[in-house]
Amino acid sequence: MFEYAPAPESRDIVDIRPSYGLFIGGEWVDPQGEDRHKTVNPATEEVLAEVAWAGEADVDRAVQAATKAFPVWSAMPGAERAKYLFRIARIIQERSRELAVLETLDNGKPIREARDVDLPLVAAHFFYYAGWADKLAYAGFGENPRPLGVAGQVIPWNFPLLMLAWKIAPALACGNTVVLKPAETTPLTGLAFAEICRQAELPPGVVNIVTGAGETGAALVNHPGVDKVAFTGSTEVGRLIARSLAGTSKKLTLELGGKAANIVFEDAPLDQAVEGIVNGIFFNQGHVCCAGSRLLVQESVAAELLEALKRRLGTLRLGDPMDKNTDIGAINSAEQLARIRELTESGEAEGAERWSPACPIPDRGYWFPPTVFTGVAQSHRIAREEIFGPVLSVLTFRTPAEAVEKANNTPYGLSAGVWTEKGSLMLWTASKLRAGVVWSNTFNRFDPTSPFGGYKESGYGREGGRHGLEAYLAV
Amino acid sequence: MTTPLAAAKFDGVASSPSTLRAFLHGLPGVDRVGADARAAMLGTRSIKTTAKKQAIDTAIAMVDLTTLEGADTPGKVRAMCAKAVRPDPTDASVPPVAAVCVYPDLVATAVEALAGSGVKVASVATSFPSGRSSLEVKTAETRLAVAAGAAEIDMVIDRGAFLAGDYLKVYEEIVATKEACGEAHLKVILETGELATYDNVRRASWLAMIAGADFIKTSTGKVSPAATLPVTLVMLEAVRDFLAVTGRKVGVKPAGGIRTTKDAIKYLVLVNETAGPDWLHPDWFRLGASSLLNDLLMQRQKMATGRYAGPDYFTLD
Repeated sequence: MFEYAPAPESRDIVDIRPSYGLFIGGEWVDPQGEDRHKTVNPATEEVLAEVAWAGEADVDRAVQAATKAFPVWSAMPGAERAKYLFRIARIIQERSRELAVLETLDNGKPIREARDVDLPLVAAHFFYYAGWADKLAYAGFGENPRPLGVAGQVIPWNFPLLMLAWKIAPALACGNTVVLKPAETTPLTGLAFAEICRQAELPPGVVNIVTGAGETGAALVNHPGVDKVAFTGSTEVGRLIARSLAGTSKKLTLELGGKAANIVFEDAPLDQAVEGIVNGIFFNQGHVCCAGSRLLVQESVAAELLEALKRRLGTLRLGDPMDKNTDIGAINSAEQLARIRELTESGEAEGAERWSPACPIPDRGYWFPPTVFTGVAQSHRIAREEIFGPVLSVLTFRTPAEAVEKANNTPYGLSAGVWTEKGSLMLWTASKLRAGVVWSNTFNRFDPTSPFGGYKESGYGREGGRHGLEAYLAV
Repeated sequence: MTTPLAAAKFDGVASSPSTLRAFLHGLPGVDRVGADARAAMLGTRSIKTTAKKQAIDTAIAMVDLTTLEGADTPGKVRAMCAKAVRPDPTDASVPPVAAVCVYPDLVATAVEALAGSGVKVASVATSFPSGRSSLEVKTAETRLAVAAGAAEIDMVIDRGAFLAGDYLKVYEEIVATKEACGEAHLKVILETGELATYDNVRRASWLAMIAGADFIKTSTGKVSPAATLPVTLVMLEAVRDFLAVTGRKVGVKPAGGIRTTKDAIKYLVLVNETAGPDWLHPDWFRLGASSLLNDLLMQRQKMATGRYAGPDYFTLD
């Protein structure tokens, strides 16, 4: 046997303060209320820091700071704004190891993913939109497209820093100022980003970061000084926001849940399809809105593919997220773990067959083993509802038409994957799928140049690419 | 020899050019981007402390220490054999390598130098490295090498025939060479750098295995690129799947371009997580290399003493 010795990344590189205030107008300020919240490492349940929960008065202060900064920032030549964004991108690269460790500690994701996926994409996003800042006249939105004003942005806990980058980079490139609220369980990299803004000497008030939970988010999106709201999170909260913003002049983009189909045809490159399935649903513990949570496999190769998939899942390494060889980290919170448990229990109760590889689970922290359900029907909850965990539902199909029909038979439409070596079938299938992203012989690949967003209940608006500028311009 | 089960499974596959072609082209395709990404991900495994020590000794015991130069002499081969038996003269705990690999005319010299050591003698044959000769010459060369005492034959396939779609010719040459080997183990060199696509690598792997190969080997070392991680990944998938279908286990040997301990460890990780730990043995996995051995020794000594010694503290051969 070849046992890999523990290879833990050092946490000495990060300096976590015992307590954090709010980042408003370029300064750390104390909240007006006493409300504070502890953020924990989900792998150990150790308290990492105490964070302020901003109330309405704090949010108001942040929006005012952003409003005050807007005239200067929006009037600045694009090339000047680009300099700041390039500077931020370079600082992120320089501090990427530190930020990756911090992300892993606060979120529970494996350090390998934070290091090799999250951080490179975060930097790439800032570099990409820095490039647009002085070329907005050529983006196809008119000769002199204007920014909207103050953007209120609320982001989720699954990719804390990456979602921040998706929100802040295009907003700033277009000349908006922002107030951003990180998720309540993962505020630390957002607060580290506030420090980066200071390091980059970004003008005060251009970026404001207010921590808190749902009430803070509600105060932000409903604040009358906010001109644009961008939200990534659950469909349930997205609906609330859409309802409360209806009839206002605020511009809204929503990036919500998903229940993506990963379609494997019989002529697929099977070994790579197995990797794509694993990457589709077990990447980031399945805490991915575009996760390939429904595997649709052609019946003629289903047995062979499932055998290969199970063998592959036996090699996944679950455990200490700080170990460089860990593939599956911790579930982000006790609350999320309870939701995954509840849904998987319903899967069994509704008659699907549950399987997990032999996989020791650590004593402390929040963990869930990689899980595969076979014999799943379209009517089962585990085929319809977003689980947001490392749980794959396997369904079969007989013909391409049936695959497309099943794939589209969901209220969601964020992403899909198609696996075939036949180009004509790939193009036909992709053209029929109602999903914002269709991956061809791959899954969960992201690039700042590529627009990302949903159909139906997965939300509206696009982030990334040239399309991502539109949400932050008066067009 | 193929087992009766294996033979039965593929009975008829090689009965005509069209059946063989249909079989090979019916194998699942390989997506290059995905295979490259998987190999690169496995390359990020961090092998430290006890695991690194274990990996270094495993790698040393898997080395096929190789010299395949026009300038090879009996003296050079004898010196290399001494190194093979006792890689580090200052440290008896270092295991010997698996085999030495030489040209056929130097097999006798190597056999004599290695007598009683347990280190095997492998010989290239079949008009290595190009394979551009008649079948008669190839089998005659194989027989000469075996007669001189080679325990392992590293043959090359006819890449020209393979690329021209004449799979049956390649198959028949492997079968004939296997027969000429007698008891000697047959390693079939695919020369993946000339096959170019991963689909071809998978097809050539299966072709070699159904024709009776005991090992499939990436490269001669004379063509660039030689061994790469993704190509080796595709070959490891092939031996894994072949075992599942036939019950017969085939070994894998990447050769050429593996120069550092870090590289060697990446290959071991690839084996461990693709074919599985059962392949982590010199009977089933070899590393064809020459300069790699001294880097392994240097890293081994560094692990033991905490300090690096200069290259002059490790013998050239």
